[in-house]
Amino acid sequence: MFRNNYDNDAVTFSPQGRIFQVEYAQEAVKQGSVVVGLVNKTHTVLVGLKRNAEELSSYQKKIIEIDSHMGIAIAGLASDARVLSNFMKQQSLGSRLTYGRPLPVDRIVSQIGDRAQTNTQHYGKRPYGVGLLVAGVDDAGPHLFEFQPSGMTQEMLACAIGARSQMARTYLERNLEKIAGSTRDELIIHGLQALKETLSQDKELTVDNTSVGVVGLAAEGKIESFKLYEGQLLVPLLDALERSEAGEETKEAETMEVDS
Amino acid sequence: MNHFPEAWGRPRDDVYGPYNSSYLQTTGPKGHTQSPAVTGTTVLGVKFNGGVVLAADSLASYGSLARFTDVKRLRKFGDTAVVGFSGDISDMQYIDRLLDSIDVRENYSANGNTLNARNIHTYLSKVLYKRRSEFNPLWNHILVAGFDDDKKPFLSSADLLGTTFSAPHLATGFGAHLAIPILRRLFPEEKPLEDISKDEAVAALRECVKVLWYRDARSLDQYSIAVISAQGIEFQEDQQVEAQSWAFAETIKGYGAQVN
Repeated sequence: MFRNNYDNDAVTFSPQGRIFQVEYAQEAVKQGSVVVGLVNKTHTVLVGLKRNAEELSSYQKKIIEIDSHMGIAIAGLASDARVLSNFMKQQSLGSRLTYGRPLPVDRIVSQIGDRAQTNTQHYGKRPYGVGLLVAGVDDAGPHLFEFQPSGMTQEMLACAIGARSQMARTYLERNLEKIAGSTRDELIIHGLQALKETLSQDKELTVDNTSVGVVGLAAEGKIESFKLYEGQLLVPLLDALERSEAGEETKEAETMEVDS
Repeated sequence: MNHFPEAWGRPRDDVYGPYNSSYLQTTGPKGHTQSPAVTGTTVLGVKFNGGVVLAADSLASYGSLARFTDVKRLRKFGDTAVVGFSGDISDMQYIDRLLDSIDVRENYSANGNTLNARNIHTYLSKVLYKRRSEFNPLWNHILVAGFDDDKKPFLSSADLLGTTFSAPHLATGFGAHLAIPILRRLFPEEKPLEDISKDEAVAALRECVKVLWYRDARSLDQYSIAVISAQGIEFQEDQQVEAQSWAFAETIKGYGAQVN
């Protein structure tokens, strides 16, 4: 029987130049439920689809506040995400204590990137089985970063990771221009819309399975602190999504009338 | 009069019998860093409408010996902050290296250096407090000048204990006794910051440096002056105290070259 000899540890290359353990870790990200992130000129929004293991259990947390100017959305092993988010919280707090300055987003992202990369280069270690979307604001404005178990990090305009995330990415690619020029509330709707694209036929977004995180710049260069919308707080957001969809449909209907 | 310093402050042998010298520790922990060696004297700082001025002379004294006469005690950090050091010169050089390494680290980030004067002051006060808590203080009193988070002029001090203090005008060392009263007269509390021009502030500091040169035996007539404003940092080194008049000295007994 065929056996792969090159996936026993994360430090051995296969003859094709691949590191299987890292690729398996990336598979773990694809198994996690989908999270979407997107930025406009003032805000960054994270949207996540929460899953419950069984009917009687609670829903898994998808969006975590790191500091008042930063939050993450996770796809993959939640316990690995907890390690990373605790680290990020500590670093963020440390920056506020020693410098009195909120930690710049690119700084913390490259730090967790470095940590994840060391895990792919030491015998006996394993890569993190989680992908993150990091949303935050700093002196350079709003940011969205993608983090992968390989240690790769990238700044993104919009991004989706997790199960069936391709559908969300397609939506984001098609609406990139609209997203860039959107308002804060429109940005949330675009996020929810992208999330909705990933749902299978029999599913829909509810106050229980949806999670929204928003952070951005308020007027006069002040920071609008990271806000997590879950449960009843989601009602107005989901209503707005429904209204915007209804609006689109009537628009389509009107154009059809003109045609006929 | 007993001329042996070891006996000062102790019970007299002729009254209380010979002192049990086993109480006098001849060995113990080394105390090299528990007192300053080569020191700089006053640093002066004044806020004005739209910025801050800092001044310090170029002398490093070894005790009462004027050992080095070209030591620059004002240091730029980035484009927006200046730190002025009084106290131990070697500890100043150590802190200078700390600031250099932070500057390098900051400039590696995509966004460049975003630390302002307030951030630097917070950091330095923590460093000073940490070192005093290890009973190994950095023997300095520093002034940090620049701008705060709201782009307002910032001037604050931190001493070897980590104590911080902020005021519209500040002075360390001998200047705290000699320059502060002059600055208070020139810029009374009622006078708003908006009414103080850059030229007034610079002239006031030059006057204070002259008075210190007259009356502080550990001072020098060569000094540096730094003006921090929205236009950037204007650094003037190797300045000379101008228009000296020593006529006043003739009338003061014990001052200058009088024989008796």
